[in-house]
Amino acid sequence: MKTMPAKPQFAWKSLPDPQDITRIQLPNGITLLTRTNFNSPSIVISGYLACGSLFDPPDKLGLAQFTAISLMRGTASRSFQEIYDALESAGANLGFGASVHNTSFGGRALAEDLPLLLKLLSESLRQPTFPKDQVERLRAQFLTGLAIRAQDTDEVSSLAFDAALFPNHPYGRPEDGYPETIRAIQVDDLAAFHHLHFGPHGMVIVVVGAISPELAVAEVQKALGDWQNPSQVESPALLPVGPPVQNFRQHIAIAGKSQTDLIIGTLGPHRHSPDFMPASLGNNILGQFGMMGRIGDVVRERAGLAYHASTSLNAWIAAGSWEVSAGVNPANLQRAIDLIRHELERFVKRPVYKHELKDSQANFIGRLPLSLESNNGVANALLNLERFQLGLDYYPRYPQTVLEVTPEQILLAAQKYIDPDRLIITSAGPEL
Amino acid sequence: MPNNITRKVLPNGLTVHLKEIHNAPIISHWVWYRVGSRNEKPGQTGISHWVEHMQFKGTPQFPPSLMDKAISRDGGFWNAMTSMDWTAYFETMPSDKIDLPMRLEADRMLNSTYDPEEVASERTVIISELEGDENEPMFRLSEAVQAEAFKQHSYHHETIGSKEDLHRIQRDDLYAHYRSAYNPQNAILAVAGDFDTNQMLARIEELYASIPGHPPELYTPPAEPPLGGERRLEVAGPGETVFLQLAYRSLNGSSPDFFAFTILDSLLTGPSGLSFMGGGGISNKTSRLYRALVECELAVSINGSLQATIDPYLYDITMTVHPRHTAEEILVTIDDEIKRLQDAPVPVEEIARASKQARALFAYGTENITNQAFWLGFAEIYAGYDWFLNYLDELEKITPQDVQRIAQTYLKPENRVIGIYRPTGEKEQQ
Repeated sequence: MKTMPAKPQFAWKSLPDPQDITRIQLPNGITLLTRTNFNSPSIVISGYLACGSLFDPPDKLGLAQFTAISLMRGTASRSFQEIYDALESAGANLGFGASVHNTSFGGRALAEDLPLLLKLLSESLRQPTFPKDQVERLRAQFLTGLAIRAQDTDEVSSLAFDAALFPNHPYGRPEDGYPETIRAIQVDDLAAFHHLHFGPHGMVIVVVGAISPELAVAEVQKALGDWQNPSQVESPALLPVGPPVQNFRQHIAIAGKSQTDLIIGTLGPHRHSPDFMPASLGNNILGQFGMMGRIGDVVRERAGLAYHASTSLNAWIAAGSWEVSAGVNPANLQRAIDLIRHELERFVKRPVYKHELKDSQANFIGRLPLSLESNNGVANALLNLERFQLGLDYYPRYPQTVLEVTPEQILLAAQKYIDPDRLIITSAGPEL
Repeated sequence: MPNNITRKVLPNGLTVHLKEIHNAPIISHWVWYRVGSRNEKPGQTGISHWVEHMQFKGTPQFPPSLMDKAISRDGGFWNAMTSMDWTAYFETMPSDKIDLPMRLEADRMLNSTYDPEEVASERTVIISELEGDENEPMFRLSEAVQAEAFKQHSYHHETIGSKEDLHRIQRDDLYAHYRSAYNPQNAILAVAGDFDTNQMLARIEELYASIPGHPPELYTPPAEPPLGGERRLEVAGPGETVFLQLAYRSLNGSSPDFFAFTILDSLLTGPSGLSFMGGGGISNKTSRLYRALVECELAVSINGSLQATIDPYLYDITMTVHPRHTAEEILVTIDDEIKRLQDAPVPVEEIARASKQARALFAYGTENITNQAFWLGFAEIYAGYDWFLNYLDELEKITPQDVQRIAQTYLKPENRVIGIYRPTGEKEQQ
């Protein structure tokens, strides 16, 4: 029997590399990365500013997020409806959000509408007016969102997990705050946050799509090149986080639910750590590869306990988390915890098999072209290059970096971070 | 081969759609079966979705988990979905790795094992999936609205089925459903991406020629009579937030009025994307209902949904009610907005704007190859691929009178179910 002829592997030709990424820094401190793709008539912009929820005062958690989402509620040049009329009439979109370290933005449009998109971005970043009626409208929307969050077993479990893993640390606090902190935020707080923290220093913008690098640079320069904010405050470095000192178990009862959402985990490496790649491949083996790795195999495939059971490794700038999550029937909760704990014990006791590592290495390398297929995928990739200072040649180097990892390195990384006797275990669902 | 598309029906009845795209070294390969919850009789709700799960449990040639690992190893991704009208399986792979999933799909069209132990284990997995859904207030509301909107037709029940039926269905029921629905005559094979059409077609013929086709023996639902009057229902549950869903009985995907309805939906609740994945939509803050409800603080969010289906389904408008207002106040405002659409033709500019939005969304949606392959098959389920090819042209033809007529015909109170999720006020207990 014939098979489909294997074509030569063109994949690496399509990956971003120093030859096709243009990276420049504007005089005011904004870094721009751009890459051309004329296969689609659209463009994507994406980026961030160097301010986030790490600046939130404890009694006003959610301030960075509130500020970010208020930016498009009215500017010195346009009302809320005028902003969205311009955007939506062009079939374009633009939005803002905040995480611990950054205020981020993203948008897309047909290439002909890039100037419009950049103009709206610029107006929103530089001249927001925070109209009181709009702020109150948003506040009601946030409070409703928080009421819905309080009923979401996954989110509630996750909030409890973060709070326990990162006590007294910005990583342990919700970017969207709590009802009482959202109620405490005033228009003046938004304006002050904007005045002190929004500025070109540390800002990164990525433009990907049907536009030449020269034009992309010129358009960004035109929209944002003259932005200055002498009051902009530098982000402080975050304190390091220590591992859990003992087992922590918390269940949050939410009446009227059918399923319990469970999270078991601990600290993981930060993104710059040399442990990152071994931990990342180990995580793939533990709870992602195939049908959710070893955890999926044990909890879902063999025991039939859960529809989803998988792991995630979240690596940020100051620390990271390594989490196993599953949704289970309340009657099966303890059994799921026991099975997962057993898998973690196995994971820190013995190196992964060579064939498992080989599989995950092939997965990491092979999936790259798919993740970079669309303008959005490329924009995210360029943003990560800059955010974590990975270097413009990161993608051409990537296969080698992946292939150099050994089972022993994974074991060392697993042992460094995962202590099966010191885990954070949180769940939310029906009363136990 | 207009638009690089090749269409062919093999002697055993398999419909094949191929589209060469050479932008990236990727191929997306889909097999669609014309079976879904629409084809489930009472007592067997959820069986199509369960069959989809069992299709990952192996054949003699491809034991369970072997394929998961093989596809991950090759850097691809795969998944499957069951809807009301269809079940689809796809693999998106680096283009030099497509042969293995092609062999798998051909093999599991005929040779899946349905091991009784795997059936037992999957029963609890699917019940767990259902319990996850039941945690969501909007799932519970939508399930109740659907049941009220259809009393005869099997659009009555959710695709995942009822817990009672999920306990009742046995291995032989699943196998019989599989054998009836999974055969070339009831399938569409759609492939888009970086391949040579002649080579691809030859390989497909080689893989599928020996699989016999036969007319599927599937339950066909009776037509649903008109609703005959507005229906109202309430669902009680935990939380603090009120949700409101309006479901108007609508039309099927192949109806010539579908395009005018699409424009009406765009004006009323905002433009909807054409993306299965990776496209991304645009906001709806200048839509008529957003302005009337969210800007006036009666609701905190509003969404509309018009689905292309084989039989007439529902046009849904869902809202999260503002804490200071009531579902009843929202209904009055919605009726005023609908009356505006019924009483006078909308300005031509509004339609032109909706058309431009659709063009942009179309560009975003066709950016990735998985989405292109999705449309090659999906449109065939309820209309034909020409539906997708002509989509933008058809929207351009819509007139203000068309939109007015759709509002008058479909958006009548006697044609709708109103569902309200009322929280019982129970809060979390720390």
